[in-house]
Amino acid sequence: MFSYCTDPSTLEGLTWLSCYLTTGKHMGFYFSFVTVIVLLLITAPVALLFGFAGASAARSRFLPLSLLGKTYTAIVRGVPDIAFFMFFVIALDQAFEYLRHKVKCPDWSEPIRQGNDFVVCTQAKLPLSTSPQWIHETYGFALAVLTFSIVFGAFAANVLYGAMRAVPRAQLETAEAYGMTTRQTFWRILVPQMWIYALPGLSNLWMILVKATPLLFLLGVEDIVYWARELGATKTARFSDYPHGNWHAIYFFGLLVFYLMLTSVSERIFKRITQRLSHGQATAAGEAQRKAAQ
Amino acid sequence: MSCLQTIQDYALRSVGIGERLLPREDFTLCEQVTLIGSGMIWNIYFGLIAIAFGFFAATGLALAKNSANPWLRKPAEFVIYVFRGSPLFIQMFFAYAVFVVLKQSLPFFAPFTSAWLGATLVLFLNTTAYTAEIFYGALQSIPKGDLEAADAYGITGRTRFTRIVWPSMLRLAWPAYTNEAIFLFHATALVFFSGFPVWGQRGDALYYASYFADKTFNPFVPYPILAGFFIILTLVVITIFGQVGKRLNRHLPQVVVRRPGFMRTLMR
Repeated sequence: MFSYCTDPSTLEGLTWLSCYLTTGKHMGFYFSFVTVIVLLLITAPVALLFGFAGASAARSRFLPLSLLGKTYTAIVRGVPDIAFFMFFVIALDQAFEYLRHKVKCPDWSEPIRQGNDFVVCTQAKLPLSTSPQWIHETYGFALAVLTFSIVFGAFAANVLYGAMRAVPRAQLETAEAYGMTTRQTFWRILVPQMWIYALPGLSNLWMILVKATPLLFLLGVEDIVYWARELGATKTARFSDYPHGNWHAIYFFGLLVFYLMLTSVSERIFKRITQRLSHGQATAAGEAQRKAAQ
Repeated sequence: MSCLQTIQDYALRSVGIGERLLPREDFTLCEQVTLIGSGMIWNIYFGLIAIAFGFFAATGLALAKNSANPWLRKPAEFVIYVFRGSPLFIQMFFAYAVFVVLKQSLPFFAPFTSAWLGATLVLFLNTTAYTAEIFYGALQSIPKGDLEAADAYGITGRTRFTRIVWPSMLRLAWPAYTNEAIFLFHATALVFFSGFPVWGQRGDALYYASYFADKTFNPFVPYPILAGFFIILTLVVITIFGQVGKRLNRHLPQVVVRRPGFMRTLMR
């Protein structure tokens, strides 16, 4: 990056470090932090949407729908999220390819599962083998986002289901007494009021989501864990301009600090939001604010 | 090969007893169930050890955080902050990297680079921090009347703690602690994917599940089997903790027993 970096073996101390930290691979490392943040920013709203759908389904009076919603929320409770991640990445990939195969090659006669192979026609491959590298990477990332959203949608559904039940029953009965339909009651009375009850659960969920982002590594995305392992490994002078010993501990310490900062900042922001939302509410927190203002 | 034979060969494979070679082709359902179940031995081992030691360590850490003495309180707050604020996955990687470095100069640390000790230590520290935060919250919400009554009866010092404070703390913390135990058992699935190497293909349930998924390229069989095993484990944890919770609450009027159910809101 800098002009004096042409021959790193002659450099020492801070100059060496400045060259070392600006190599192309390190740029990839820094960029992967952006990947993590982007993942968080996309996953959070999508998971909330999935959660909302799941919670509404669980409340439904139509039995199969409510069973579906309840199963969706209950299953993450019993199974480790890492197992879901590893399952969905392959399962979703195969599901997409299967659907495309059915649409694009209707006259294909061979079976798709041949022993230990999963064979679809070339046009149905996702992404196409002819597509450039960035499409492969984007597809992998999109699969990861979808997987995270499904898993965390189930967590969110759990939280929102509880929040919907926490809205005082009298509110809904009043709405019905005024002649509102079930749909009107749901959208005009229940949904606007449930957020204050959902907030503690959702903030907790955000923390779990932040702490689950390193699992991206297992989904085959080149994330910060991937780069930390790559860059921290022992480098000999033969294969690298910057030979060094095993620096895994240093890199992972860096990641530890990054996550600590991320969670601390989130915690502070959620404290602010809670204070905002408690303002004027008939809860203990709202009452405390009123007393302090007097 | 009959299923009984498979069970004899592979039921203890994850701890190195039985057939050395894993099945390579024509995987039967029986083989998958047996091997994944065999891997559960590791998950249960990690979970049990971490919970058993973590419970006592957490009590101490919670008391330290609750202490008025800043020399005790500040370090306790820091430990809890570090372990709760960062992902367990990164903690595992970091701990493994540190153990590898330490091993080079101090042979004492050699066993720490294998999962049975190193990963258990990380899981223990992690659950200690989470549990300590739960216990600390419970300590803060012990009814004032209980403590005043203890003072009135002249119960002080050690007796006051073992007879009044500790049982109340556990009673209040129990539903949240049940949750933590469930989460810990789930977290044990991370171990063999976070730096700690698998020796001689002796891995945990997820390791075998992903082995089968890789070989057959069909995730729809091994992962549901894994899910089934974990759901059973979760139900067992809920049952045992529910029994203990009932005992902790037995002196109270039993109008509403708040059992830590399967659907309780998650907290971690």
